[in-house]
Amino acid sequence: MEQQVKQKVDKRIKSVKQLEQLRQALADGKDENRVTVAVCGGTACLAAGAKDIVAAFEAEIRKRGVHARVEFKETGCQGFCACGPLVVIGPEKIFYQHIKPGDVPEIIDETILKGKIISRLLYVDPATNQKITHESDIPFYKKQTRNIMAANREIDPTKIEQYVAAGGYTALSKALFQMSPDKIINEITRAGLRGRGGGGFPTGRKWQSCWVAEGDVKYVLCNADEGDPGAYQDGSILGGNPHSVIEGMIIAAYAVGAHEGYIYVRNEYPLAVAHSRIAIQQALDYGFLGENILDSGFDFKITINKGGGAFVCGESSALIASLEGKVGEPKSKYTHMAEKGLWDKPSLLNNVKTWANVPLIINKGADWYAKIGTAGSKGTMIFALVGKITNSGLVEVPMGISLREMIYDIGGGIPGGKQFKAVQTGGPSGGCISATLLDTPVDFDELTKLGSMMGSGGMIVMDEDNCMVDVARYFIEFLKGESCGKCAPCREGLTRLSEILDRITRGQGRSEDLETMQDLGEILDAGSLCGLGRSAANPVLSTIRYFKDEYLAHIVDKKCPAGVCRELIEFSIDAEKCTGCGVCARACATKAISGEKKQPHVINQDLCIKCGACFDSCKFEAVKKQ
Amino acid sequence: MDTNTNLAEVRAIIENNAGKIEALINSYVSKKEQLISLLQDVQAEFNYLPQDVLIKISQTLEIPLSQVFSVATFFHAFSLKPRGRHTITVCLGTACHVKGGQRLVDKMARDYHLKPGETTEDEKFTLETVNCLGCCALGPVVVVDDKYEGQVTPDKLDKILKNYK
Repeated sequence: MEQQVKQKVDKRIKSVKQLEQLRQALADGKDENRVTVAVCGGTACLAAGAKDIVAAFEAEIRKRGVHARVEFKETGCQGFCACGPLVVIGPEKIFYQHIKPGDVPEIIDETILKGKIISRLLYVDPATNQKITHESDIPFYKKQTRNIMAANREIDPTKIEQYVAAGGYTALSKALFQMSPDKIINEITRAGLRGRGGGGFPTGRKWQSCWVAEGDVKYVLCNADEGDPGAYQDGSILGGNPHSVIEGMIIAAYAVGAHEGYIYVRNEYPLAVAHSRIAIQQALDYGFLGENILDSGFDFKITINKGGGAFVCGESSALIASLEGKVGEPKSKYTHMAEKGLWDKPSLLNNVKTWANVPLIINKGADWYAKIGTAGSKGTMIFALVGKITNSGLVEVPMGISLREMIYDIGGGIPGGKQFKAVQTGGPSGGCISATLLDTPVDFDELTKLGSMMGSGGMIVMDEDNCMVDVARYFIEFLKGESCGKCAPCREGLTRLSEILDRITRGQGRSEDLETMQDLGEILDAGSLCGLGRSAANPVLSTIRYFKDEYLAHIVDKKCPAGVCRELIEFSIDAEKCTGCGVCARACATKAISGEKKQPHVINQDLCIKCGACFDSCKFEAVKKQ
Repeated sequence: MDTNTNLAEVRAIIENNAGKIEALINSYVSKKEQLISLLQDVQAEFNYLPQDVLIKISQTLEIPLSQVFSVATFFHAFSLKPRGRHTITVCLGTACHVKGGQRLVDKMARDYHLKPGETTEDEKFTLETVNCLGCCALGPVVVVDDKYEGQVTPDKLDKILKNYK
């Protein structure tokens, strides 16, 4: 275990009263005069150097002996990944971005101890060029409704005390002592919560089926096998606020009558794995998990299972096969999982985000929850807004917000003055949505109508430099690799689709290709067992639907308008713009570029492999792509 | 690569660690269903799944070797071949793809003669690809062993890899 309990004192909380006493003690122990300093320790910030920032803060605070005045914490992912490493200071939430270890002494001396703002570390709004001091004034945060994500900034995920101090496990005590199972389930149903993993199935109905299912042994499962490439919110919630997920699972277990639970987590998320492990141990120590939880007589334990890296294991029956130690192949679902799931026992499987919503609904009530969102989709949704977007990060918005608001108001638009082309939602089996549909409200039903879907909340923005045929090829290639191979239509259909798309991107497309691919799409949908196969043709179908011109340009004109498909483009050097600096010639791996110093260079097309290194290296825009 | 020497080396390592491996496998006797976790632990130890260990797992846990093998080959996380001293993981998640992740894989094939899943002859590098590491804002992302590198260009990749012996 990563963190051992230091002394063997019994921390177990044995009643609601003791829980309130602990919360009170934590509140009393909190010195209001201490300035809180929260450095983001999410994966992107860590990759950008946050570990060094944390070390610098700890060392400088120690050196100055100012522990009494500073409450320092490393939090989970705060969401604004484009600005990392970042720190948020004090109750007014001063926001500093892209900080370096060298900035830390100044931040402590000036901002934390004297309250002075360091201008160069402030966020600059690209739209107005204005510097913004407080987090709440930054456009990226302004339009968000951070019901779930907000806690990530307040809590060190490795310290259960901080979760409890912030009101954690109150929903659990409320559920255990003030609510009956049917009342809990009714509350979830009335809230209108729908599964956040992709399908959007009504959560309350799922719980109800598992509750009424007969059996002494039932299981509660958390799907944290976020295989969608380009979405990382599940990992960030489990890594940033694991107790919210655990609390949701305990409440559900009590409601449906389960005593064992599993978290199936993607192994590629080391933070989520480590933090959920620590959280489970701490919850056991405090008596939120284990036997006789809060002296209610209810027992529940959770085991963590690391996934082996297979996209298909996000599918419920494949996930269960994998939990049973078998190959992750989906099964046909003659019986519902709520009746026959893990080890053939009634099982309740929900996504990380769904679980994190549960304590919120129990605490604030179904009526409060149902006020957020649209008629058919309630609450907030967390999206990973990534790709060609200025403000990359995790964005939590009420259902029903338009794509335009998300991309332009929150996301800050497309960087580099480029033109928006498409946004891809719903993961590999989702679809691409074009610019004309940007005012569509985002919810489960609207996205489905557009031939895409909500999925797990991936939202990848593409600009004029992205080729939609290449994007379709990418997803089909991905799905081809991830198809478990059980059903022939999926296995063979994806192979054929991949061949056709590959041909098109090589300039060998045929006039009948579009129709063939659409036919294959129908066959995949009709003949595959699981959701992966049934929706696998979506990336092709949606790009044909909205970007047919681009396909035709490849097939008929043998051109790639975006300049991505290598065999259809040619690089050349504009003699007027070339200064003869030689940077491109040095960057060229095949020595295809030659020329005298300070004279225009030329590219030998026979040697050129079209890698684009010259295009990227030229500072004078002299390299042309056609 | 001289497979015989390598095999002999692996055998020696396994023999030297026999107690440890046995303890590891034995700790899973009561939780056979966690075969995937056990294989992950073994892979963490050796960087791949040695055949001898798989046989031992099958015997100790009484799981047919065919089932152990099918699980070991189904999931991306496992390798049945020895891997290099350093693992280069190129992210090919959608966000990294639209920002040029594939060009890094192309570069590795061109300049290092290394394709995904392969190991260089000197056993220095193994190349892997992954579909999203959860730091899309930094794409294209490459991870060498445990170190994350963001906004990697083909040029920058050379400079990064020079730091590894």
